[in-house]
This record gives sequence, structure tokens and C-alpha cells, in this order.
Amino acid sequence: MPLSKEQVEHIAKLARLNLTPAEIEKYTHELTVILSYIDQLQTVNTEGVEVQNQFITAENVFREDVPEPSLPRSEALRNAPDRDEEYFHVPRVIGD
Amino acid sequence: MLDYKKMSATDIREAIATRKVTAVEIVQESIRLAKTEGKELNAFVTICEDKALTQAKVVDDKVKSGAPIGSLAGVPIALKDNISYTDYLCSCGSHILDKYVPPYDATLVTRLLSADAVIIGKTNMDEFAMGSSNENSYYGPVKNPRFPDRVPGGSSGGSAASVAQGIVPLAFGSETGGSVRQPASFCGVYGMKPSYGGISRYGLVAFASSTDQISPIARNVADLATVFKVTCGRDPRDSTSVAFDHPDYPNRLERKEKFTIGIPREYFAEGLDPEVNAVVQKCISELKKAGHSFIDISLPMTDKGVAVYYIVAPAEASANLARFDGVKYGLRKSGDKELADMYGDTRASGFGAEVKRRIMLGTYVLSSGYYDAYYIKASKVRELMRCEFEEVFRAVDLIISPTAPTPAFRIGEKIDDPLAMYLSDAYTIPASLAGIPAISIPYGSASDGRPIGVQFTAGGFNELALFQVAKMMEQ
Repeated sequence: MPLSKEQVEHIAKLARLNLTPAEIEKYTHELTVILSYIDQLQTVNTEGVEVQNQFITAENVFREDVPEPSLPRSEALRNAPDRDEEYFHVPRVIGD
Repeated sequence: MLDYKKMSATDIREAIATRKVTAVEIVQESIRLAKTEGKELNAFVTICEDKALTQAKVVDDKVKSGAPIGSLAGVPIALKDNISYTDYLCSCGSHILDKYVPPYDATLVTRLLSADAVIIGKTNMDEFAMGSSNENSYYGPVKNPRFPDRVPGGSSGGSAASVAQGIVPLAFGSETGGSVRQPASFCGVYGMKPSYGGISRYGLVAFASSTDQISPIARNVADLATVFKVTCGRDPRDSTSVAFDHPDYPNRLERKEKFTIGIPREYFAEGLDPEVNAVVQKCISELKKAGHSFIDISLPMTDKGVAVYYIVAPAEASANLARFDGVKYGLRKSGDKELADMYGDTRASGFGAEVKRRIMLGTYVLSSGYYDAYYIKASKVRELMRCEFEEVFRAVDLIISPTAPTPAFRIGEKIDDPLAMYLSDAYTIPASLAGIPAISIPYGSASDGRPIGVQFTAGGFNELALFQVAKMMEQ
């Protein structure tokens, strides 16, 4: 089933990507092609299959809750595009 | 000067230990090559000259004073640009991180440095490791060292090219669905994806966390086994790293017992280049002559691998890449807009076309109403694939197949057809989804000389069998 332009605009919004109209059009086409390929999975009988994720370590991994040295604040902040000595700066969140 | 470009890591360490050459001389030569031939190939994003020379001097001082030296002493190594190395750019081949300098070392780096290896540079890659041709980099495509109009494969194209060209004897890439094995095949070098959890991923920028694995590239089996031995094993900083009692790989490469090897019919079906098939068949007949036995096997879910992968990997990527929001690191595009628009503008201009395509795909398959139909369905088929392998490995030690359906394709050939590009990973994806180890061995070539790799896959944590079969074929 082809995706609609509105669906793709909705996905872009969920993904926090401000795409151009040309990109929306391109991805509408490309995602439709890829999804129609992916749809072949619907033909596989997966009744009764439990997803075990056994390729991932089977048991939980714990450690003692002991404080250890961590990254100094100045280091953690040093890559931020807008910051001061203590905080990341972000644009206004609440409107007027 | 010895013929540096032909020296193995073992040769280099030996020459330094016996004072035939200094580590500084070796590292200077590697850096010179990276700046000239590496630049021609566009294989490097950053050359780590300052620290590399300092590390080389430390090795030379140890040799002079008679102190013990590590198993990779003075050996130049290149790292894919998604592995964190303190104080050097870690761009992931992306505009959004083109100023990001990590404040800590990956565990991989710590382990390499403690074996006295020298990191000489960070290699070019498909943006966020998404791609099979290295054409998706913000820094431009990497060229195939032997065929400059062809791709080196991807996403670890810069790492494979730098080893093939002789700039470094060893490099690391990362694998999510074949990103080391496929470029190893295209460039004519060895590439091994360890079992899931084989090498710590602390400090590797995440793409798809249920398959991502750091993976070594080398020009010979002993070097590959040595560097894996140095870097494998449990790391408290990566809870998915596995506490496995790894054997002493470099000293166990010779094997007397014969292998039982499976030939999966699904890997020899439509779409396989006849020249690639001929190379794999030649490998089979050589191993038969040496007394190994082969049985025909079937892995019926193989042709569903690409479909499963392009649900699971984009879904996980869409979550992992949510952290790139213009706040904590990297690019920010804003003006006076409010927060949500700052996110949207930053991400739209910071990510390239393929990364956006996968974030969109991943967001869609995880979105309300589609999660069960796509992600859960794919996870179930993935489980069937894993069980198929488990069943097969009750009867065989190894599975043989081509690494990639074709030799290196032309730059530009598949870039406008995402699905065709995705299908070039059809033979490497299954081992990634199942979490089992696999190696690409340079074995033959096409009639025009393009390298062709043969892939062996083993059961979980049976990397030893991969090194041993590779060693047999090297001889």
C-alpha cells in the first residue's frame, strides 16, 4: 500500500526532521518502495514464535552502587553549541 | 627503511623489538602514507599525528631501556570515525558531528594502547555507518585502492581501503549488517565480525544496538587473531559485552582435525555473480582436497534477512539517533525559533539523505498502529533465523558462502536505488541478525582483477574455527 504525503509529513514530525517539500515527495516514493519489499515478511508463518533475544546476554548485569569518578562538568559541556559554565542553553520552550 | 607497506603487524613489532627500526620511523612512514596515498583515496577524516608520535616515542624508550613491550608495540592502527578517541574529532562521517571531539576513550582504544599499539588516524565512513559503498559520507566517497572508479564497500570503507593500500597493517571498523566483511571483500583484505558481545562497544557511537559490533580488518590471519585477542572480552562499561574465556587465538591457528562445512543452497541462488560463485567453488574444492567434508544445508529464512534488517536496524537507529538534537553536542541550527523547531532544523540540515531515510523508515515501523505488524513481526522472523543457524551448527563446524553477491561496483552505480544497495548486504546480514561470528577471506578475483571474498560463518563464540580455516586457506 503506497504511503500518502500526509503520512510521510506525520512521520517527519515524529522524527523531528523539518524536511522540505521536495524531500517529503522523495521519501514518500522511496519509503513506499522499501515497505513493499519489506511486506514479504507477512508471508512467513510466525505463529507461536517467542522473541527470546538470546543473542543478547541472557542475564541481567549488576554492579555495586559505589560512586566512581565521572566526567567533570566542564568536559561534559565542552561540545555543546550553546552553554555557560554550568548549563546547556536551549531556545525558549514556552510561548508568549 | 624496510618495505613498510608489506610488513605485517608481527613483522613491525619484531623489527622494533630487535632495533632494526624505531617505532617513530614506522609511525612517521604510516602518517606520510596516510597524508599522501590516504588522501588520494579519501580514506582518512583525521590524522592523529601528535599523540601517535608521542606513543611511538614511549615504545622506543621501552625498547631502549629493555622494558617489556606489548603484543602490538609500535604497530600503526586506524580507527573508523565512529570510535571515540579523546581529543580527536569523531564525526561519524556526518555534518551533525563535524565538530564533535569526545572527552573519553573507547574501551577498544584503551586496550589497543595498553598493548603499545599506535593509533594514527580516524577513517572515513558512510554517515553513522549507514551504507554499503562509503558514498554516504559528509567528507565524500572513499575510492577502492585497486580500482579508483569503484567503491571500497561500506560502511567501513576508509578502514578497509587503508589496510589494503598498506597505510596501516590493521584497522577497526564497525559492523551492523556487514559493514566490515563487505568492504574487506571489495578491497581484498580480511575482515571479521565477532560474536555479539565479543568486543566492548563502550565509546562506539550506536547505530543499531542489537547487532552493532566493533570488527577488525587485517592483511593476514595472524595479525587479525592477535588484534582480536588484545581487544576481546568483558568490559564492565558495556553490559552487553560477554565474559567468555577466549582461547589464545594467535597461538592456536594450526588445526589438525578436519572440518565439516555446510554449503547453504540459499546463498547460491539468483543474483550471485558467476565469477564470485566460481571463486567460492574453487575454495570448496581446495578444502575438499585437503580432506575436509562438505554437506549441503538449507537456511530457508536467508532471503528474508534484508527485509528483517531494514525494519530492525532503522527502528533502533531512529531511537539511537534521537540524541542528536543540537543541545549536548554537534551542530545547532536555530535563529530565534522555539525548541521543537530548533530540533527539526538541526536534524534536517545535519543528517544526510540516507540517514534521514532510515530515521523515517524506523520511525514509521515503530509508530502507533504499525509496531506489531513490522517490528514484532521482524523480531519473530529474526528468531526463526537464529534457530535455523543453531540447528545447522549441530551438524557442521562452519558455513561457507560468498561474502557479497558481486565484486566492487562503480561509484554512483547504486546510490539512487536504496533497495539495490540494501540487497548488496544479503549474505552478511544473517550472521549479524543471529549474533554469530563470520569472516571474509580474500581468496580470488574477477577476470578484471577485482578482489573477491569468501565468507565463513561459525556458531556463537567459535571465532577460533574462523581463524583456523582462514589460516588453512592462507597457506
